[in-house]
Amino acid sequence: MIWNEKDETMPREELEVVQLTRLQAQVERVYATVPYYRQKMDEAGVAPGDIKSLQDIRHLPFTTKEDLRKNYPFGLFTVPMDRIVRIHASSGTTGQPTVVGYTKRDLKMWAEMMARSLACAGVTRKDVVHNAYGYGLFTGGLGAHYGAEEMGCAVIPISGGNSKRQITLMKDFGSTVLLATPSYTLNLADTMADMGVDPSELKLRVGIFGAEPWSEKMRIELERRFQIKAIDIYGLSEVLGPGVACECIEEQKGLHIMEDHFLPEIVDRDSFAPLAPGEKGELVFTTLTKEAFPVIRYRTKDVCQLITDVCTCGRTFYRMPKITGRTDDMLIIRGVNVFPSQIEEVLVGTEGVEPHYQLIVERDGSLDTIEAQVEVSEDFFSDEVKVLEDLALKLRVKIKDLLGISCKIKLVEPKTIQRSEGKAQRVIDNRKI
Amino acid sequence: MNVQQVAVFLEHKPGRLAEISHCLAENNINIRALSLADTTDFGILRLVADDTAKAKKVLKENGFTVGITEIIAVAAEDKPGGMDKILQVVSKAELNVEYMYAFTQKSGESGILLFKFDAPDRALAAFNEAGFKILSGEEVHTM
Repeated sequence: MIWNEKDETMPREELEVVQLTRLQAQVERVYATVPYYRQKMDEAGVAPGDIKSLQDIRHLPFTTKEDLRKNYPFGLFTVPMDRIVRIHASSGTTGQPTVVGYTKRDLKMWAEMMARSLACAGVTRKDVVHNAYGYGLFTGGLGAHYGAEEMGCAVIPISGGNSKRQITLMKDFGSTVLLATPSYTLNLADTMADMGVDPSELKLRVGIFGAEPWSEKMRIELERRFQIKAIDIYGLSEVLGPGVACECIEEQKGLHIMEDHFLPEIVDRDSFAPLAPGEKGELVFTTLTKEAFPVIRYRTKDVCQLITDVCTCGRTFYRMPKITGRTDDMLIIRGVNVFPSQIEEVLVGTEGVEPHYQLIVERDGSLDTIEAQVEVSEDFFSDEVKVLEDLALKLRVKIKDLLGISCKIKLVEPKTIQRSEGKAQRVIDNRKI
Repeated sequence: MNVQQVAVFLEHKPGRLAEISHCLAENNINIRALSLADTTDFGILRLVADDTAKAKKVLKENGFTVGITEIIAVAAEDKPGGMDKILQVVSKAELNVEYMYAFTQKSGESGILLFKFDAPDRALAAFNEAGFKILSGEEVHTM
């Protein structure tokens, strides 16, 4: 089902007209209401009237997380506090938290984006939605919640944590849709196995996973362990929260970007020059309809290209492939770019280890070293040293082949790697750079 | 039936071995023999207990990774050359020893060698032919 058939299947020419009209209005409003944006545009020598075509967006300055931090907490809001009805914030683990606000109309739009995403994933109002995204300042929980309510689903606002209870309730309530981060879902799968619950005892049919990068191998793993279709959803609080883009269940190949509300661009990772949609670079979003907290050319740090082919599901929006790495998460190990998801791809695809892992990066003198800690799976464990050493060697060779770096493999006891209750911490970087 | 060995995966972490011994002690499990294989990154504790099933159960419940393997127990004379006689048979039969360890029952009476072979059936045949006594699982577990 397509939630908003008219908008989501609009011919591209019409869509571009809508985008331009909205972009012009957005830029004008931001210029008029936010001194920081006005100053940046003045410095760049661009005025709202200069935006005559969608291509003219390239003249506008970028917005980065740094800009958001400089304006902590409410400096980039375009409306007074009495029009703000909700505030979310990032966890701030990598610095000052970034704060975002929503008006009533923003929340309505967000609910629609999330309802569109759910419909994209094949969810209907008849579904029982188990929402294990964290509720609170994180946009995942409430964002998904209001979308599922908008659709008319029965929503279970369970949030993250207390995994045994999650499995019990999914079973007892007959939940058909699971919303969670992929790493927490893996945790749930383990808990389910420990409890001796077979996936056939659950009614789950679809899982919608997002808020962190995950690999195709992880999709296979999650689909197998829960006997579901695993759908990728994309969003970031600076732009909206979940619901910016979502895969369709028909194809599971690329996430449809809600382009009538969010204008995507791809720019060169180093020079930030605009690239053609099909070229690979950093993904940049401009919000077209947000009121309280619009962003102009926000650099997401996610790396991808856009898929412009028409999708069989009927939606005309461009798609973005599964994000497998953010410029943020990217580790540079002895000059080689490494995304944790690439190592995940190897680990999840190898028999003998559990899909939980952690990467430890150290600097030894002037040399970077990376160690992957992986859990040996119970079924694979052998009384013979050589079997385990062969396993470690096999992983090392696979990673070397794929990434060209030597990665030390440390086999650890099952269930010793910290389990995700939301977003997983995959990398511990002990380098003092 | 052959001797059942309990193998436990061990990360190099202080106190881990003591957790195993404590777990077995609390559950009143007696250890007949044990050996510890170690590499730079991890270790494998192999032991023969009086109650294999119970040992496996309690160790698993305490979060350890446990595997059960069949090994071969051969009685040896507890005097100089006792082990050599047995290993000569192994050598002649061109058997590969994956690992072995030994214990004595009563000093000076008899020793017991525990073997893991790559070809256990051939090993059993070779020992039988050479006239060495193979101990059954029952004999070893209830010693």
